[in-house]
Amino acid sequence: MTMAMALPVSPRRLTAEEIVMRAAIAALLVFLVLAIAVPLAVLLIKSFQDGDGRFVGLANYARYFTTPTLVASLWNSVWVAALSTAIVVPLAFLYAYALTRTCLRAKGLFMAVALLPLFAPSLLSAISFIYIFGNQGFLKSWLMGASIYGPIGIVLAQVFYCFPHALMILVTALSLADGRLYEAAAAMGTPRWRVFSTVTLPGARYGLISAAFIVFTLVITDFGIAKVIGGQFNVLATDAYKQVIGQQNFEMGAVVGFVLLVPAVVAFALDRLIQRRQVALLSARAVPFQPRPSLAKDAAFTGYCLAVGGLIAAVLGVAVWASFVTYWPYNLTLSLKNYDLENFEPTGYGPYFASLQMAGLAAVFGTAIVFAGAYLIEKGQGVRFARSLAQLIAMLPMAVPGLVLGLGYAFFINAKWNPLGFLYGTIALLTINSIAHFYTTAHVTAVTALKQIDSEFEAVSASLKVPFYKTFARVTVPVCMPAILDIAVYMFVNAMTTVSAVIFLYGPSTKLASISIVHMDEAGATAAAAAMATLIVLTALAVKVLHLVLDRLVFGKLQAWRRR
Amino acid sequence: MEVQPHVTPVPSPRETAPAAARPIHLRVQGITKRFGAFTALDDVSLEVESGRLVCFLGPSGCGKTTLLRVIAGLEMQDTGNVEIGGRDVTRLPPAQRDFGIVFQSYALFPNLTAAQNVGYGLVNRRKARAEIAKRVAELLSLVGMPEQGAKYPSQLSGGQQQRVALARALASSPSLLLLDEPLSALDARVRVRLRDEIKALQRRLGITTVMVTHDQEEALAMADRIVVMNRGRVEQVGSPAEIYARPATAFVAHFVGAMNILDAVVAGPGRAQAGSLALACDALGQRAEGHRVRLGLRPEEVRIRGIEPGAPNAVLVTVVLLDFLGAFCRATLRPTAGGDLTILCDFSANAMRDLGIREGQALTVALPPDLLRVFDNGGSPDA
Repeated sequence: MTMAMALPVSPRRLTAEEIVMRAAIAALLVFLVLAIAVPLAVLLIKSFQDGDGRFVGLANYARYFTTPTLVASLWNSVWVAALSTAIVVPLAFLYAYALTRTCLRAKGLFMAVALLPLFAPSLLSAISFIYIFGNQGFLKSWLMGASIYGPIGIVLAQVFYCFPHALMILVTALSLADGRLYEAAAAMGTPRWRVFSTVTLPGARYGLISAAFIVFTLVITDFGIAKVIGGQFNVLATDAYKQVIGQQNFEMGAVVGFVLLVPAVVAFALDRLIQRRQVALLSARAVPFQPRPSLAKDAAFTGYCLAVGGLIAAVLGVAVWASFVTYWPYNLTLSLKNYDLENFEPTGYGPYFASLQMAGLAAVFGTAIVFAGAYLIEKGQGVRFARSLAQLIAMLPMAVPGLVLGLGYAFFINAKWNPLGFLYGTIALLTINSIAHFYTTAHVTAVTALKQIDSEFEAVSASLKVPFYKTFARVTVPVCMPAILDIAVYMFVNAMTTVSAVIFLYGPSTKLASISIVHMDEAGATAAAAAMATLIVLTALAVKVLHLVLDRLVFGKLQAWRRR
Repeated sequence: MEVQPHVTPVPSPRETAPAAARPIHLRVQGITKRFGAFTALDDVSLEVESGRLVCFLGPSGCGKTTLLRVIAGLEMQDTGNVEIGGRDVTRLPPAQRDFGIVFQSYALFPNLTAAQNVGYGLVNRRKARAEIAKRVAELLSLVGMPEQGAKYPSQLSGGQQQRVALARALASSPSLLLLDEPLSALDARVRVRLRDEIKALQRRLGITTVMVTHDQEEALAMADRIVVMNRGRVEQVGSPAEIYARPATAFVAHFVGAMNILDAVVAGPGRAQAGSLALACDALGQRAEGHRVRLGLRPEEVRIRGIEPGAPNAVLVTVVLLDFLGAFCRATLRPTAGGDLTILCDFSANAMRDLGIREGQALTVALPPDLLRVFDNGGSPDA
């Protein structure tokens, strides 16, 4: 062996392939910065300026916190969110427990029913509760004189709307159980309540905390429910809307937006911190937990799930039913009168088709950008700083309420210096905004799928002298197709149902269905609003069913390689 | 660890080939690689002759895989050079180096058939379709799977997947084959069969091959040369027989095969004191009295039969533990004279029967003075 002088390796010229990779990463970064980071920065700056664009420091914030009505909204938002969380999480925990730890029959059906609210705009549950408990509601007497228009209505509607979000997290947490722990506890003759408090609850602890944060954030940032059923009860989200749309007070809107961002960011940060402590709850040797039949327990949980699942279906059903009723509650004969949308909305079905177009574009382009982006971040080579920055920005939208993002977009796109101003009111802008709004969940789905495939594909590809983009197209994309379809459906359904961000951005010809619901409801055409909401639910559900069928039939054949 | 019946101190044909006849195909010089505060490779240099199969052997974390990835260009070293076939490839990306690689996971593309996997790199070189099909068929029969081209990886056994990965790595006729723990994911029987097949194939193709393994048995059975690595450094380079018979350090002695390591002090010319044992030792050389050393002796080298009471290094011992290992038993012996020192010793089935060995029994063994290896202390404190 010879000893050579140890010289540092000097950087070499980039190959064509590396130039392609860096250009793609640069393009991704430009998109993320423009679509996510810059609008938020513009919003932040706006909150420190006066109406003429002069820097005024914290004056707007000082004015906010000395305006009693605005501070009252902040308090209202917090306690309504806390109350909703305190109701939803235990309800969802019991439901998740039934789905994972008992011998309940038809678990798939119960899960599907509980997930129904995901396919509706949040407004829909509010409309339903108006039909049930509102001025003309058939159960109005149950409220014993209290009004549904206010905190009661908001909390009820939020519980319905947030239930599936909490349920999904808790089902995941509870299905990660190590059967050996239960066997060990049983072998030591541990009483059942003690097993629950020493094994089950600690195992699901992180799931519970995570679910609580998610629900709290959803409630505090949701705009649709408070708008429709809140009545005179002001919350942060409606304040922001009123300041900007009603009073054209953009600076104060920006301040409310930032106040709104605080609880969401705090919840997000705490959740991250706690999740980080959850390391390897399940060891590689864990044995999946198998529930044992128990007549009394299974019967009790079946009853519970029937009640909760039934209520969810009923709440959804009331809005759908009401949309087909001639004149609620006096003439309950069915008709399609409320679907003559031309009578309520200047462009008739225009908003529905605009939504369809926007959701389709978001599904196609959003999925392409998110998946390619996740690939570049996860499997890319070199420029580590740029990839980390892209990852950071990609995780940002999770903590940003749609309303805040929408305000940021409105200020950014309307700024006099912005050459992109021509995009205002276009479907393109609404699409980009929706992609940004739902970026994080889609990104995490893509990254999870990419992490599951062999980390050496890129290395093998390089050793075979095949450029990375060919292997991406020929191997990575086909292998990740199920996740890609999931992302596309997620993008479509959310773009179809979202209200909060786009309400600041639509133009005369691009009003979306969900915005049209708000307007028709404001104008007192609740039945037409219910009809439009029903159309959205049916479309979103149809896409989901199509996805499931495609997955089973078509892709089952194309993906023969997955079978053993 | 098992005894290596096929590795004997007799020079094998692999060793007798004249060294000068083969040019150097792979040369790495002064490679250092740090990951933060951790030094994965510390000034590593070595040369591999053309057509040889070299094993990088060491415990996990010793830097062997990092070195392989540096050679492939998948990891960029902090300092040092890599030369393949006389060409300095230090600054070239993987695609411009001339090698094929098989990973521990095989990294077969799951959505492509075995044949598509093998032809993956050929398609990109704009060769005629018929030509590619011919080459793929040729490669599949080369690895003994002529009829399996249409199957997907998930339909193949672990061993078959391994062969497809090998065929894919060989498809472009590279001059260097890199194998990263290619056998570790297979069960014991398949592993033994495949290692013989890989070795035979490597010989037939005459392709320079570097294989990373943590399995000393695999390295001893397959390699022309073994590079034993520890903590980012090369401990020893040599033929399997050399490594086994003349380990350069206590670490190598301990890692390759089993070895009794006795802490001792030089007690005089050719004499050492190990705990309660006063031992004669031929290899002590000129070491001064009081010098601390380690004495090494393989379990199968402990003499068990026909020991006269006055024979050199005869020790009266008690059998404290017997491990049945199939063809032989490994006994843990404790000198009757006392102390916490123990000696491992192998008894063949015959010896067990003849001597009536059982736990608790007393007998006399000898530690042959001419076979005791001497390692100076301090070199490898962990061994």
